[in-house]
Order: sequence, then structure tokens, then C-alpha cells
Amino acid sequence: MSLLQVQNVTKRFGGLIAVDNVTFDIAEGETLGLIGPNGAGKTTLFNSISGTYTPEEGNIVFAGETITHVPPHETAKLGLVRTFQIVKPFAGLNVVDNVKVGAFLRNRNAGLAEEKAREIVEFVGLGESAERLAKNLTTAGRKRLELARALATEPRLLLLDEVMAGLTPTESRQIVEVIKQIKVQYNLTLLVIEHVMQAVMSLSDRIAVLHHGQLIAIDKPQVIASDSTVIEAYLGKEFEFAEH
Amino acid sequence: MEQLVKIPRDYLILVAVTIAFAILPFFVSNFQLNLLTSLLYWAYLGTAWNIMGGYAGQFSFGHAAFFGIGAYTSTVMYADFGISPWIGMVTGMFFAAIFGAAMGWLTFRFGVKGHFFALATFAFAEMLRLIAQDWDFINASIGLNLPIIGGDSWGQMLFEETPLNYYNLILGMLVVGTIVSIWIYRNKLGYYLQAIREDEDAASALGVNTLNYKIIAVAISAALTAAGGTFFAQRFTFIDPSLVFGVSISIDILLRPIFGGSGTVWGPLVGAILLTPLEEFTREFVRNPPEILDFIEGRSGVDVMLFGVIVIIVVIFMPDGVVGSLKNWIDKATRNDKPKPVKESVT
Repeated sequence: MSLLQVQNVTKRFGGLIAVDNVTFDIAEGETLGLIGPNGAGKTTLFNSISGTYTPEEGNIVFAGETITHVPPHETAKLGLVRTFQIVKPFAGLNVVDNVKVGAFLRNRNAGLAEEKAREIVEFVGLGESAERLAKNLTTAGRKRLELARALATEPRLLLLDEVMAGLTPTESRQIVEVIKQIKVQYNLTLLVIEHVMQAVMSLSDRIAVLHHGQLIAIDKPQVIASDSTVIEAYLGKEFEFAEH
Repeated sequence: MEQLVKIPRDYLILVAVTIAFAILPFFVSNFQLNLLTSLLYWAYLGTAWNIMGGYAGQFSFGHAAFFGIGAYTSTVMYADFGISPWIGMVTGMFFAAIFGAAMGWLTFRFGVKGHFFALATFAFAEMLRLIAQDWDFINASIGLNLPIIGGDSWGQMLFEETPLNYYNLILGMLVVGTIVSIWIYRNKLGYYLQAIREDEDAASALGVNTLNYKIIAVAISAALTAAGGTFFAQRFTFIDPSLVFGVSISIDILLRPIFGGSGTVWGPLVGAILLTPLEEFTREFVRNPPEILDFIEGRSGVDVMLFGVIVIIVVIFMPDGVVGSLKNWIDKATRNDKPKPVKESVT
């Protein structure tokens, strides 16, 4: 059964069509990768799904509920939560308190929220920085924090917007491991925007490719990697898949 | 379960602070008692401001609006209708909360933020001042006097013989205000307000209804500030529009929490503890300067300038306020934030 249905979604900014009649489904438990060149409309599509933008046309259905016009704080309550490409830590709060903000969505009690937050902070590997102010974290630390905070809201569908951007290859590999583990542990469905091809290939069950706002392909990673339209639009002729 | 038994540190600090301030009056002169009363009064108002301006980060430059609503509501009810200032205080808090919520809704609804929000709050306060100046029902610009009762009365909140009662009253108000502040800070509401202050988009992505929570913050802050307005009226026994709705009240209210550390529980109190004696010191310094500085002796305004310069210097070096900057320095000094390799930390 599909958890998220994106039906003919179009989002315009004035004369610019950022997302053009996009339709796809995400099944419960699936990881869908979303790739495409810069300016292809990936983040706009994300914002339309999470409620930051309202699409001009089309419908978005999450767990049987139409959320096309639902604001972000409501979609979060329904279990659809996103992270930001440019991380947005609560700079003046420490790591645990950052995560606690997320945890309060399902735990009114401060003690329970704290317990939950600490558990997640440990899980994403920030245990040693638990009491640090978020603004004093490294980039890799902030990315993990962004993940942890979203996780604390107990989402069903997690939208990850370029978690690897700005990380070293080693850090990227580590965070891919974290994502794989949280997916199993928390029983998540994922929609992942990613530029690092190795990461997206190894994470995704299927990959969707956006180009000029249009969905030009959606299929298994191996198929996508050898699809001629995709190669032309995005991957480039030199791209070789499965080097790892 | 442990957490339910353990008393949070901030409450323990509050107990210690309360005991210290409860004992203090036995060792001071009447003049100093007056000064201490002012100190607690500014700490109380700062604590109220801090919930909106500090925790939620919605900088208010117009808290005089709430202060004046409190002062006028209780005074009109008492002076004109003989209703106890206690009831007047609660009514004023209610009116201020309503006014604050309406103001918040009008501004936040349309995305007014940052400097523009601060200006908007200032405009609301000025608006009330101008209305009060022309409204005959509340005696317009002449102002209102509280009756002279020739003694002390808790029921009428007037203490003509024993100023210690004012001191104890404001200490009690500060304790209540601080308990509210600590409770907010430690619970969902406080976390949501701070999340809004740090990043509204991120907060709303985590399920925070930012509009509603900001309005709640303004309403709570407004209600507490209004009670401070009633206290002022009862202590000073006279109010007029520029006294309680004027811009100087707005500035005085925000000065202590910002100096002490806005957004922290203890910033407003620390700010008041540092600034009240400093204000007095500069006043005294200009009254009796050392010989080399004879030329400033008794010149009006110089003490305020001196006070201003000292405040500016401290704020330059401690941009997050005294408590906030100390916290920040401690965090940086003990910094050690390399994330552990993933595998070790997975349970």
C-alpha cells in the first residue's frame, strides 16, 4: 500500500514552472531517492509535500489523507517530517534540547521527552556532544542533529534533503550507515534528495529523476543508472555505476 | 521515576534566592530597602518580558502597553469604584493578556518579524498612551491618584507606614513570576518558544504551530507585566499616561533582561542585581566625584550617560548578556564534539 501519493502536482513561481505535473507513489517501508540537476525542482517538490508551499495543481495524499493544503506543523503531526538542505539547528540550544523539541510532539511530559531525545542522540552518534550548544557542532554533527530532531517526532515518512551535502566521503559513508539503521529501527519510509550518487544508489529501493520540473524516470537504481535519458539529463556520459 | 523525585536545579536556586532576599531587609536602611524594592520590581518585570522577548525571541519595545493596562485597570477600579486592587490586578492581567493576544495575532498573522515587530509593539504602546491622554473617563492627561488611607492595608495593597510590605509583596510576585518562568522553560511550551526564536521554519517542520505559540507567549508576558503595573500604581500612588504608557517604561523593562541574559531563567534577576546598584553608583559618583573630575559634579544627565557607557561596554563584550555569554564561554571552553563512529554508539 502506498503511504504517499503525489498526483499531478504542479508548482509555479510566476511564469516559472518549478514542478511540472509530477506523479509518483511511495510504498510503506520503501526508500525513494530523488535526483536531478540543480534547479530541477527537487526541493520545491519537497516543500510542496511538507506543506511549506501549496501546489497550484494536483493532490498530495499521505496515509489516506489529502494534505495538499496542510501547513508543515500539521503534516508533522500526521507523521510526515522533513529535514532541511541548509541545516537549521536551534543554535542557542544544546543537542539534547534540540532533539527534545522534536520529541515533544508525541510526549507532553518533559521527562519522557528527555529520555526519548537522549536515546535518539545516542543512536545517531552524538552522545558525546549531547550537552554541546548546537552552534558549536561541526557540519557533520549538525547533519546528524538535523536527522535526530526529525526522528524524535516519530515520523512515518521522513523527507531528507541532501543530508550528505558538504560532508567528506568518510562522513557521508557514516551517515548512510546511520540512515540505514534508523530506517530499520524506526520502521521508516524515506524520500531522499541526494547528489552523492553512491549514497543514493546504495540507499534507495527506487530512484526518481526530475529534470526541468518533470519526472523523467522512476525505477530501480540499476535501471536508472543505465537509462539513456537520465544519463543525458543528469548523470553524464562518463557515469559508471556499481564501482563499489 | 527518578526524575519525578529530583527537584530541578533552578527551583533550588529560587529557594536560595528567596531566602536571601527575605532575610536581607533586616540588615539595611530604609533608603536601601527602597532600592532593593526597585531591584526586585525590575527583576519581576524583566522576568515577564523575558518570556516573550527572551524565550520566544519576539523583541518587545512596547511593554509599557501591558504595564499601563495593569496600572490603569486596577487604579480605576479602586479609585473610582472602590474595588480591591487585588481584584483589579487580576482583571488588569486579563485585559493585558487579551490585548497582547490581539496585538500578537494582528502582527504575527501578517508575518511581522524582527525590527518591524519591535516597532509595531512600540506603536501599540504609543497608541494606548495617546488614547489615555484624551480619555476623560480615566482623567485624561491629569492622571489618577490613589486615596490616602493613613496606614497599612493588605486588602487595599497600600502601605504608608511600612514600606517593608511593598518589598515583601514584590518579592512574592517575583517568586511567582520566576516559578512560571522556570516551569515554561523546562516544559514543552518553553522548548517550543525557544525553537521559534532560533528558527521558525525548523520549528514548524517539527510540528510547532508557531503562530499560536507566539500569541501564547505574548499573552503570558502581558499578564505578568500588567500585575507589575498594578504594583507600581499601589507603591507610587499616582499614575498618568506618560508615566505608565511612556517609552521609558518600555526601555527600563527590557534593559535588565537583555543585560543579564535574555532567554535565560536568571538573566532578568542578574541584570537587575547588577544594574540597580550601578545606576545608584553612577548617580552618587556624579554627586560626589573624585577631585580630578570635579567638573562633572552635580551635572544632570551625566550619571545617565556614564550608566549608558558602562552598559554599552558590557554588552559589547557579552553580547548574549551576562548569563548567556557565561554559558556560551563555558560551552566553548569544554568543547569536544567529534561525533563518535557510528557503530560504537548503536545499542
